[in-house]
Amino acid sequence: MLTAEEKHQIDHEISLVPSPKNACIEALKIVQQSHGWVSDESLKDVAEYVGMSTAELDSVATFYNLIFRRPVGRHVILLCDSISCYVMGYEDIRNQLFEKLHIQYGQTTADGRFTILPNCCLGTCDCAPALMIDHDLYRNLTVEQLDEILSKYT
Amino acid sequence: MEKPLTQYIVPGRKPLNLKEYEKVGGYASVRKILKEMAPQEVQALVKESNLKGRGGAGFNTGLKWSFVPMGPEAAQPKYLVANADEMEPGTFKDRLLLEGNPHQLIEGMIVAAYAIQASISYVFLRWAYKVAAREITQAIQEAYEAGYLGKNILGSGFDLEMHLHTGVGRYMCGEETALLNALEGKRANPRAKPPFPQVSGLFGKPTIVNNVETLCCLPHIINNGAEWFKKLGLTEDAGTKLYGVSGRVKTPGCWELPMGTTIRELLEEHAGGMQDGYLFRGLLPGGASTDFLVEEHLDLPMDYPSIQVAGSRMGTGTMIILDDQTCPVGFTLNLQHFFAQESCGFCTPCREGLPWVEKILLAIDKGEGKPEHLLTLDFHTKYLGPGNTFCALAPGAMEPLQSALKYFREDFERHIHEHHCPWSKSKAWQPSI
Ligand SMILES: Cc1cc2nc3c(=O)[nH]c(=O)nc-3n(C[C@H](O)[C@H](O)[C@H](O)COP(=O)(O)O)c2cc1C
Ligand code: SF4
Ligand code: FES
Repeated sequence: MLTAEEKHQIDHEISLVPSPKNACIEALKIVQQSHGWVSDESLKDVAEYVGMSTAELDSVATFYNLIFRRPVGRHVILLCDSISCYVMGYEDIRNQLFEKLHIQYGQTTADGRFTILPNCCLGTCDCAPALMIDHDLYRNLTVEQLDEILSKYT
Repeated sequence: MEKPLTQYIVPGRKPLNLKEYEKVGGYASVRKILKEMAPQEVQALVKESNLKGRGGAGFNTGLKWSFVPMGPEAAQPKYLVANADEMEPGTFKDRLLLEGNPHQLIEGMIVAAYAIQASISYVFLRWAYKVAAREITQAIQEAYEAGYLGKNILGSGFDLEMHLHTGVGRYMCGEETALLNALEGKRANPRAKPPFPQVSGLFGKPTIVNNVETLCCLPHIINNGAEWFKKLGLTEDAGTKLYGVSGRVKTPGCWELPMGTTIRELLEEHAGGMQDGYLFRGLLPGGASTDFLVEEHLDLPMDYPSIQVAGSRMGTGTMIILDDQTCPVGFTLNLQHFFAQESCGFCTPCREGLPWVEKILLAIDKGEGKPEHLLTLDFHTKYLGPGNTFCALAPGAMEPLQSALKYFREDFERHIHEHHCPWSKSKAWQPSI
């Protein structure tokens, strides 16, 4: 069930476009904002609300890298695996993260704290390697900094 | 040296707020056009200034606008979109403008919207640019409050709404017709052209999509004139350009410099030359979808025609350096992995071809390559090249591949003959899920 607040936000997005369908990505973002991801149930609710079939909405949802159709941890680590970060050795960061968190790409730690995903260029290539955790960008990363960075997220 | 785009950007400091921006001459161009210039005059001035789109293709901006239907008969509403998707690997220039001076972008968008008589505008911003999202939201609100946006701007009768739209992550969203689909709440597949977006774009209405840096040039052209803008460039291309360098250089970064600055100057003076212990081998001049250039090209001016003559593209003007300790096969594989993953899957050659290319490169990199693999790669560079796929993503992917096969062929052959990668580093490469 969409909450009153979610409906209110979605209605605002719908008011800006010619047809409710046109606001479907915004609606998915709103739902993801409150739940962390888009479950099958949420997807169905949104589809009904904007007048699309669930299959049609799912084809949109799965097209985009940052609409999560599987549960994620409380914090999502987006690690840049693109070219400048490759040249500057992001693999060391990746290996250390995998080791410290005991997970691989796409997985969530046992305590539900982190999910780690590869991400293309974060647009800060002059400060490579780089990663993002939730809203926070970390640049010019070294392996030594990882413990301190991770400790900020509970 | 004049740096109109970045003169008020101080790294690490908050951008100018509206009051501060106005104090240094901000929004003067809006006052000027609304009072003194007809939309067509703005178009003509920008065309005359020889401003070329900074999103990669380098098409004359005023000329692009001139295809928008004008006058009372034209379809309404018309739209203007600032392309702030910036997801091409190695590209990080628009971020500086978005985070550093959001009012300059808004001012440029008002100029562009007025020139085509658009009444609704969007900033299409990628998800990862959180600081930019915050700054732009605030700047848009300030601009509304001051009467630069909304109904009857400064009493001129011209109306413009502006919205910030944040994307949900897909490189294709940067391609202008795919961007329009994304804005309409659809999968970001590109659209067939014609009709061109200038005639039938967002929601079927006339639409212009311009790059952030392109839009940021506009207030300065209005204020200082076409001749001034042309003279900023050192060669036949006009204006200044945001150039960037990343990779194993001493001081990677992004700088506003005259259009036509040489590659050598960028590399040696601004980026400080190669880091100790690393030698230069090649570079991609303007992002992941441009052809490699090598030593012999270092004295070329970075402008659209000169880089094209050398067989590459100026692209976004942000270069990525290949050093002697990074494996060219691993480098190329990283790029092809990106393109294969980001293909929208709409047309068969790209959907099937790019993963095949990635698979072959991975085999070569792991020492499992066969001599005939190089032929297969050559074949792909032709059949995924211009004219064979629906949009420019696949041909863009082939640019670094074809030039790597040309300039670093012995490195590919060595992997195949020696059955292993001569650079230890690329052993660590694992394609992501
Ligand atoms: C796959 C692909 C991705 C693109 N990404 C961007 C982008 O992130 N930003 C951008 O300004 N242009 C991008 N472009 C170019 C746009 O399609 C378009 O040419 C540009 O936004 C036009 O603006 P301009 O005329 O001001 O250069 C991309 C093109 C392709 C084919
Ligand atoms: S070339 Fe690739 S990205 Fe472009 S339409 Fe075809 S499948 Fe999509
Ligand atoms: S390549 Fe990692 S931030 Fe651009």
